[in-house]
Amino acid sequence: MVGHEMARDAPSPDPAIAVHGLEKRFGPVEAVRGVDFEVAAGEVFGFLGPNGAGKTTTINMLCTLLKPTAGSATVAGYDVVLERDDVRRHIGLVFQDPTLDSYLTAAQNLRLHAELYGVPGKLVAPRMRQVLTMVGLWDRKDVTVGTFSGGMRRRLEIARGLMHSPRVLFLDEPTIGLDPQTRRSIWTYIRELKEREEITIFMTTHYMDEAEWCDRIAIMDQGEIVALDSPQRLKEGVGTDRVTIHTDDNEAALEALRECFGIEARIAEGAVLFGVPAGEAFVPRLFAELGVPIRAVSVSRPSLDDVFMSYTGTTIRDAEEDISKHRNRVMMQMMGGRR
Amino acid sequence: MTTTTEPLETPSPDAPADVVRVVVPPHSLASELRAIRIVWRRDLIRFASDRIRIVTSLIQPLLFLFVMGSGLQQLSRAGTHGVSLKTFIYPGILCVAVMFTAMFSAASIVWDREFGFMREMLVAPVRRSSIVIGKCLGGATVASSQGIIMIALAGLVHVPYNVPMILGILGLQLLLAFAITAFGVMCAARIKQMQAFFGIMQIVVMPMFFISGALFPANGLPGWLTVLNRIDPLTYAVDPMRRLVFGHLHLSAAAHRALDSGVSWWGWRVPGLLEAGMVAALGLLMLAIAVWEFSSGE
Repeated sequence: MVGHEMARDAPSPDPAIAVHGLEKRFGPVEAVRGVDFEVAAGEVFGFLGPNGAGKTTTINMLCTLLKPTAGSATVAGYDVVLERDDVRRHIGLVFQDPTLDSYLTAAQNLRLHAELYGVPGKLVAPRMRQVLTMVGLWDRKDVTVGTFSGGMRRRLEIARGLMHSPRVLFLDEPTIGLDPQTRRSIWTYIRELKEREEITIFMTTHYMDEAEWCDRIAIMDQGEIVALDSPQRLKEGVGTDRVTIHTDDNEAALEALRECFGIEARIAEGAVLFGVPAGEAFVPRLFAELGVPIRAVSVSRPSLDDVFMSYTGTTIRDAEEDISKHRNRVMMQMMGGRR
Repeated sequence: MTTTTEPLETPSPDAPADVVRVVVPPHSLASELRAIRIVWRRDLIRFASDRIRIVTSLIQPLLFLFVMGSGLQQLSRAGTHGVSLKTFIYPGILCVAVMFTAMFSAASIVWDREFGFMREMLVAPVRRSSIVIGKCLGGATVASSQGIIMIALAGLVHVPYNVPMILGILGLQLLLAFAITAFGVMCAARIKQMQAFFGIMQIVVMPMFFISGALFPANGLPGWLTVLNRIDPLTYAVDPMRRLVFGHLHLSAAAHRALDSGVSWWGWRVPGLLEAGMVAALGLLMLAIAVWEFSSGE
């Protein structure tokens, strides 16, 4: 990987995004607890973490929608607090929730955006053709957005975010709620976009498999960045393979793994999961020594799920449950007040 | 939502090869005017494509004018000095038609917030005031276009098609529609849900309409109603409208006295221009509040 070396070295002198000690609290809740990172121009940078980890709060601060409690950040060279309008002119935004006018056609939505962002009049038509062609909606440009499917809307939002040739495109959960095929096609557009335009892409996701599309990812948990590197390196860093076994008695297998090998396994979806270095070599020992009949076994290279697990000690799904519990508690403390 | 899957579309081969790069010019007055214009145009496009709304928002004023006007005529023939009740309430209905449409235009702000579109406008590199002004102008234009349909009905209620009168009506309608949209936008800044907005309409706009004298003469009312009538801002839009229309009718002096004696303060008849000026001033004040609310939020 050529981009790989560039990615892990210190970011170029002119980073697209530079963040120093960024913090945000909402009353007693520390949503973001002082994060530092830089994103090089031209990178596809992913923010990964469970719902409620502080990803959207961070993105909102970078997009000038929220004022940081402490710390500073520059986007496209402009300060997000002091040069708000300059930041806004140079970024494109695709939100988690749809923000299209569904009574207007696709073309009308894009034109409205172009006018609001001051795109020079004679460039509106060619640029619109280009972005709509890229997301495969050119032939639907005169169709009312209300009739679009979820995937088409998201693609249109991406096209709209690109209308004014932003230097940085922010995508907050661009594929949430979409079926796998549409998710894949959206990623194809994003990668293609990177090839064609000089653009930096900053996105958040809580789909672990999607982070593989990024040049570098930051793993966020409870308002802090716990790891930051290329997906490849993060996986190498885990150092273990993932072994999944199916048994008739998972509890007994769990117990046996602890006693025989000192391995802390967990049960997920009816199977026993654990990580060991050199997984293939471990399988024969497992059959010989476990003492619990094994019906099936599989060994795989670590996924980003495992990476998340190794940095946070929990799966992304459990982390989300914890957060919602914590939220409820905080809400109760605040006497059911403001949202 | 039965199917969310769709065929993978590949970019067509005839796509332009060169990337069209846009350089966004820095902030200027021209860019603000452009923003105002597009927010205004959006309201017009949406209104024009929503035929059901055009028809439904006409039903209410038409009911008042023709059903109530014709129905109550039986009771009031003696008291109107030979003037048709429809003719009498016509100026009031000219105001009402505009008022409800304007309120609906403002309601779309609440709608936009619920459905997320508001965010697209609020993150744009333009001032919030441009968005609010564009919205108010859009609501005023849409409502006035609705008013034009009501003006076209003048012949049916024995009001002549007189050009200066029609221009005057249009001007007053535009003014009223602007003020009402500004009022609606001001409310919408604080209201997050559509139901709440309709609640406001029920407790503020309906009483304003009934008290304003759109359906009855503003003089000789019981004391409490006179006080309410003089406080109601809508009174000062209905009165000049009636004065304008009645000025172009050939009526007996007695009919004028009974039906168009106008709004007076302690015996002083308030001039029409002052009334229109009050509506304009109130509209601008509410616009200023709306701008302030949207600029200070988020």
